[in-house]
Amino acid sequence: MRNVYVLGTGMLKFGRYPEKTVPELGGQAAMLALKDAGITIKDVEMFACGNLYQSNAMVGQRILHQIGQTGIPVINVSNACATGSTAFREAYMSIAAGMYDIAMAVGVEQMGKQGLLGGTGGGDPAYSTEGKVGSGLMPAVFGQAGVEHMRKYGTKFEHFAKISVKSHKHATKNPFSQYRNEVTLEDVMNARMVGYPNTLYMCCPTGDGAAAAILVSEDKLKQLAGGRKRAKVAASVLTSDPWTDRDLTLPDVSTLTRRASKLAYEKAGLGPKDIALTELHDCFATAELVHYENLGLCGDGEAGAFIDSGGGVHPDLGGKAPVNVSGGLLSKGHPLGATGVANICEVVWHLTQDDRAKERLVPNAKAGQAHVIGLGSACTIHILTV
Amino acid sequence: MAEQAQATVTGPRPIVPWLKLAPKPHLEGIKCACGAIYLDPNRVACSKCGEAGKFSPISLSDKGKVYVFSVVHQSFPGIKTPYVTAIVDLPEGISVRANLIDVDFDQAQKEPNKVFNLPVELVTSVAAKDREGHDVVAFSYRPSKN
Ligand SMILES: [Zn+2]
Repeated sequence: MRNVYVLGTGMLKFGRYPEKTVPELGGQAAMLALKDAGITIKDVEMFACGNLYQSNAMVGQRILHQIGQTGIPVINVSNACATGSTAFREAYMSIAAGMYDIAMAVGVEQMGKQGLLGGTGGGDPAYSTEGKVGSGLMPAVFGQAGVEHMRKYGTKFEHFAKISVKSHKHATKNPFSQYRNEVTLEDVMNARMVGYPNTLYMCCPTGDGAAAAILVSEDKLKQLAGGRKRAKVAASVLTSDPWTDRDLTLPDVSTLTRRASKLAYEKAGLGPKDIALTELHDCFATAELVHYENLGLCGDGEAGAFIDSGGGVHPDLGGKAPVNVSGGLLSKGHPLGATGVANICEVVWHLTQDDRAKERLVPNAKAGQAHVIGLGSACTIHILTV
Repeated sequence: MAEQAQATVTGPRPIVPWLKLAPKPHLEGIKCACGAIYLDPNRVACSKCGEAGKFSPISLSDKGKVYVFSVVHQSFPGIKTPYVTAIVDLPEGISVRANLIDVDFDQAQKEPNKVFNLPVELVTSVAAKDREGHDVVAFSYRPSKN
């Protein structure tokens, strides 16, 4: 397999763009990434587009209808919340395998005000089990993932709440973040409960957004980088949920993450101690806490103590092993298909001291990782290095 | 007579096929030779071992223990909140998702430890009426009475 580098990145501030279409949002992010890479759409040989809500509507081709119909192969990717990162991985693989030298990945989503609960099925609603035979919706699933940690290790409600305080504080330094307000521990703990133990501030918002990346082979990097510092994709891993006892009843978000994490560290030849920053999938505060352990940032059962000792907090704020310095899904936002590309952009910006992260740069970052979980389930981990 | 017979088919129906209402309400699953148990009998093969056709029916206990829970405070319109949703482990080695009733949600949030491993039993109730006028029966769990 050949080495693959990220030559350019582009991202729109997450938020609400009711006046825009999905191809417009994706096209704008793509143009930013092309400009950052110093190339044009005519140089791109392959394009992978991640989008969920219009996954049957050729979003990738419609983006090219906006920015340049060059006739290149386009694949449209849908993989739940891991949609964008899976598109990035398709672009990565096409170069690693030697098929192409320049590929583009875009993740884009327009959710409007559609809630995080998701849709309902068809058929006679009398036979809908939601609320009558338990809940299978995201707040219940991720609430129970946190409660499971309480059961196993005595983790407290306050631990989960502290994660939200941290994410909001981080987001104040990120102009790309949907929300940039600080919240206190009291605010978080006293906010309206959505699905125990996650209160309103412990659940990610919905929104619109887009992010894009240009990936290149080593040869092309030498030709095109022009001395600019560029990040290498040191590992690109995708897993699905392996059999575990309760997975079909209560989706198990940990086992597939642990497997992906092990594979990613092996592939990159790195360990958790080498990772300067982690962007992980904090769709709910409870998810972030269990992933501290799943990604090896602390030992099993130590997530509570990790949080209490400043774990996950930006070094500028006195913390260590920073997680979601972008503000994470909780504050930056979670436009489903855009998320997986956006968090790779964030990691790249820290590794290359990009101006777009200048207010929140993690010092001396040589390696970072981006983790995404799509429920159902898919997990991607990308480790990037300089 | 035929018309009459049709008109009398208005008995209650289970909300999911694995809830059996007779002779008394209980859950029925299928068990693979490898030991994995599934509620839904309509499956191609076993997702634990990959083998097809090694399933046999298994009647599941109406008693279990709460593994974990959440309290749902926000849901679709028409669904009454808050309510407690739980994962219940049955002695046969399968977990079931259902509402947990007769447990105070506020108390559960304050003292989650008291809910873990709580012995519970299956109960049924009419949850809705379908388009054909049948009562639709759902199951939930409540703290064991004995
Ligand atoms: Zn089997």
